[in-house]
Amino acid sequence: MPQSMRSPPSSQAARRTGNIALQVALVVIVGGIAYAAIHNAAQNLAEAHIASGFGFWNNTAGFDISQTLIDYSASTSTFGRAFWVGLLNTLLVSGIGIVIATVLGFAVGIARLSRNWLVSHLAGGYVELIRNVPLLLQLLFWYNSVLRALPLVRGSVSLPGGGLLNNRGLFLPRPEFSPGFEYVLVALLLGIAASIVLRLWARRRQDRTGEPMRIFWIAFGLIVVMPAVAFVATGAPLSFSFPTTGRFNVMGGVEILPEFAALLLALSIYTAAFIAEVVRAGILAVPHGQTEAAQALGLRPSTALRYVIVPQAMRVIVPPLTSQYLNLIKNSSLAVAIGYPDLVQVFAGSVLNLTGQAVEVVAITMAVYLFISLVTSLLMNLYGYAIAAEER
Amino acid sequence: MLKGQIMMNIMKRLATAFAVAIALCLGAQAAFAQSATLKAVQDRGVLNCGANGQLAGFGMPDPQGNWTGFDVDFCRAIAAAIFNDPTKVKFVPLIAANRFTALQSGEVDVLSRNTTWTMERDTTLGIDFAAVNFYDGQGFMVRKALKVNSALELNDASVCVQQGTTTELNLADYFRQNHMSLKSVTFATIDEAIKAYDSSRCDSFTTDSSGLYASRLQLADPNANIVLPEIISKEPLSPAVRQGDDTWEDIVRWTHYAMVDAEELGVNQHNVDDMLKSDAPDIRRLLGVEGQFGVSLGLTKDWAYRIIKEVGNYGESFERNVGQGSPLKIARGLNALWTKGGLQYGLPIR
Amino acid sequence: MAATAERNYLRTAPAERLPSPAERAGMFGWLRENLFSSRGDIALTLICILFIVWAVPPLLRFFLLDAAWSGNDREACLASPQLPEPGACWAFVRVWFSYFVYGFYPLFERWRVDLFFVALAVGIGWLAWLSAPRRDLGAVYFFIVLPALSCALLSGAPRLGLIDIPTALWGGVLVTIVVATVGIVASLPLGILLALARRSELPVVKFIAVTFIEFVRGVPLITVLFMASVMLPLFVPERLSPDKLLRALIGVALFASAYMAEVVRGGLAAIPRGQYEAAQALGLPYWRMMALVILPQALRVTLPNIVNTFIGLFKDTTLVFIVGIFDFLRTIEAARADPRWATPVTSVTGYAFAALFYFICCYGMSRYARNVETRLARAHRR
Repeated sequence: MPQSMRSPPSSQAARRTGNIALQVALVVIVGGIAYAAIHNAAQNLAEAHIASGFGFWNNTAGFDISQTLIDYSASTSTFGRAFWVGLLNTLLVSGIGIVIATVLGFAVGIARLSRNWLVSHLAGGYVELIRNVPLLLQLLFWYNSVLRALPLVRGSVSLPGGGLLNNRGLFLPRPEFSPGFEYVLVALLLGIAASIVLRLWARRRQDRTGEPMRIFWIAFGLIVVMPAVAFVATGAPLSFSFPTTGRFNVMGGVEILPEFAALLLALSIYTAAFIAEVVRAGILAVPHGQTEAAQALGLRPSTALRYVIVPQAMRVIVPPLTSQYLNLIKNSSLAVAIGYPDLVQVFAGSVLNLTGQAVEVVAITMAVYLFISLVTSLLMNLYGYAIAAEER
Repeated sequence: MLKGQIMMNIMKRLATAFAVAIALCLGAQAAFAQSATLKAVQDRGVLNCGANGQLAGFGMPDPQGNWTGFDVDFCRAIAAAIFNDPTKVKFVPLIAANRFTALQSGEVDVLSRNTTWTMERDTTLGIDFAAVNFYDGQGFMVRKALKVNSALELNDASVCVQQGTTTELNLADYFRQNHMSLKSVTFATIDEAIKAYDSSRCDSFTTDSSGLYASRLQLADPNANIVLPEIISKEPLSPAVRQGDDTWEDIVRWTHYAMVDAEELGVNQHNVDDMLKSDAPDIRRLLGVEGQFGVSLGLTKDWAYRIIKEVGNYGESFERNVGQGSPLKIARGLNALWTKGGLQYGLPIR
Repeated sequence: MAATAERNYLRTAPAERLPSPAERAGMFGWLRENLFSSRGDIALTLICILFIVWAVPPLLRFFLLDAAWSGNDREACLASPQLPEPGACWAFVRVWFSYFVYGFYPLFERWRVDLFFVALAVGIGWLAWLSAPRRDLGAVYFFIVLPALSCALLSGAPRLGLIDIPTALWGGVLVTIVVATVGIVASLPLGILLALARRSELPVVKFIAVTFIEFVRGVPLITVLFMASVMLPLFVPERLSPDKLLRALIGVALFASAYMAEVVRGGLAAIPRGQYEAAQALGLPYWRMMALVILPQALRVTLPNIVNTFIGLFKDTTLVFIVGIFDFLRTIEAARADPRWATPVTSVTGYAFAALFYFICCYGMSRYARNVETRLARAHRR
């Protein structure tokens, strides 16, 4: 930058004064604009006799929400409670969406690099088609064209295992736990913990002696067979309540709303196309010599991919992958277009309209998204450091 | 040139710009305190009217952009009173979510968009309601095939509803009161809610009953749907104005009463010119033949004559847009004149 | 291969002899190499072929063969004894087409919109064609002349005999293009300023730029639009309260400028230090160094990314739908609610038409970006 230049002392002093003056001016301008905006807002609100402040938070909400992960009732819950319901719904759809988009995105990204002409071109077609059509349009398509074409409640499709599918959503049997089930859970947790320890030990042994160890069946025994034994021993403390069709709707069971399904589908499919590009670029960034070296060592293609290519590609992939995750979380706010009760729909929609306090509500909503973005970036950065540290 | 000097120059210019901006802000605020809405409308030459845009019979443009409807007529009546020209209205289509902001921020001068007069809105939103021009109530529509005859049979039904409205609150209240369980599906606009109902996402659709009749026309098969008899809420719909300009509120309020008075007195669009010669003192005062009633509003004394001549009386506007002369065919019901068992009662002009 | 034994890192026996390489030339060679090179490959190919056979013919039938191309109402698109499963209802798109393009823009003034499209196309062509004559004039045209001209053309200039058309009447493709174009025209200069500010060594300047950029990039566009549409009117004096479309435009421009700033910053970072030093050695002050030496190069290398940001912006314009503005997608949504066209296939047709429009625009732009990229890469290598 220019400041590193050598120049006569007097000119440098003048420049420094200029810089300071510029910055002071900028502070004054930005501060002034902010002050004028706040002043205007306060004046406009006062003149219009609009209530302000966060007093509404504890008022009774009075409206119903179609999907609630925590207890919520229109008659007793507050606007604050509605906020948490909306936030949890946002996190739910984003969390599941990230998992599906990652799996699908990696699969498509690797398929695009396949030596099979058909596979790579189909994957390429998927990526081009999905990336070049607006997400909102895709969302409306899934919701209004695909899910609406499902059968009516009376003509519900029965799924194997007792589920029901119709245009009101997907209904799955709800597990009902009886006492004794906690032993099964304990067995499962123990099994998982033991498998992790075993795997670490097997790794270290391989590092030391070079002998790989197959732990799959042992882990299978620990994680599946052990809880199964516990389940039988405690007398099968689990039953299911199956959904049945009532007069209007399906009764019982776990309900997956069509709004949720449409949003999840659209978000995962859309983001997966971008993740596929990220993955492809990441793998291409690994020099070809690495593949050749792995082949020269006699590694099978799948082993080479898993132990040589992907770990190196991951270092390139993580930063853009993070921004795709952030995009997915932010895009989940499109829920408002199809009536899925996410943060924006519930809080910046119903609550804003019922209280009329736009400034407070929009400010809170933005702050929440900023917070989620920061936390996600932080986690992904930590993961980035963790895999970068393996570099020797 | 030295960089420092350039910076100084830039800074000077920015400082000047800033000073000008501040001056503008202050000036604008000072100007606001003395300006009245009527003055602004007259200077502008056009009335900004917040209307629905999606509700047949109340406020909707056709593909050529011509607005028609009951709420639209009301704005045209105000324009007629001010400009003697019912076309000097700019209609701003508003959704429920942004209607109050539009009024508060001055984007529209009057909000004539099937809005329910409630105490909370009247006292906390910085707006005032002028006069109830349509007594409405919330109802339910269902498909005939469901063989439901009463809203009380809707236990466990899914109901499509527009969010951020009193409708959403009344719905939850009604189901709770009658110990029924509710599955509401909320949408940001009424169009989306209707489309969702039409494609069987919900068993029932709820909104003000006037809206139910209007939306029924938008369904693929209107005759396969019925409106249930229950009216579960009071929805007095009223045009609204910003608080703090009482004269303007008076103009809006008396526009409505002039239309009702005209119907009571039998003055309509066709006979209004003959009625100018009438001897009846009520009619003479209404049409401005006697007295200076319009002038005290800041208008001309023939203000009501203009309204009736250009738009018609209350009954004419009703029948033309939502009543028997329209596809909606809503009965007058509560909106009949008080002399015919309804609630519309014209205040005396004197 | 021989290396399948459980724990072998080194061969202990000679490798088996490999079969002679397969034929690589000719059609069969190509097929073998690209589709049937191994057992797994054959399976994958078969699965793909099955998928294509399952998916493509019904799509073709729906969108082309069984589609209804003309008609005046839904009768044309309903199921009939000859056609129990009707295809796409293109007649619906035909009837509503001018609404999709112009919205409620008055019929007799639509030539103004057409003229705007032409003027815009000229500007884009001038800037996008890398070897066009006088591209500097092109930039002046695009960033100064065109906005003024479009404003007068579209919203009206009574002095020139063009009557005022309130923005509430604008709609369809017109609004989509206006929002996207204003987004790019406003966000590029703003983005450049922000990028320079972010790379500045002055702490306050940098702090303000970083705060703004990270704030905007951390929140969804919808909330920015909400802010612009419900909060902005409160922040300015009542008299200056901007109209609904303008508010959305401000929101979109601010949003896009934060993303543009990051793209430009990437371009600035790609310029070798030597260029800065050479410019300083010539005695150029900061702004002239930037304007004459650094930015022209930075913008050139980053052109593909600018186009990609623009593609994102173009797709994001659909979000103005949510704050009640009649963009292209919103007109589709409105038209599909028309009871005269209520058929089971109307929605799909409307969405397919919209998807086609967005796909052609976005794919075209991304192909362009890729071409520029390869061209730049070639130039760079030389």
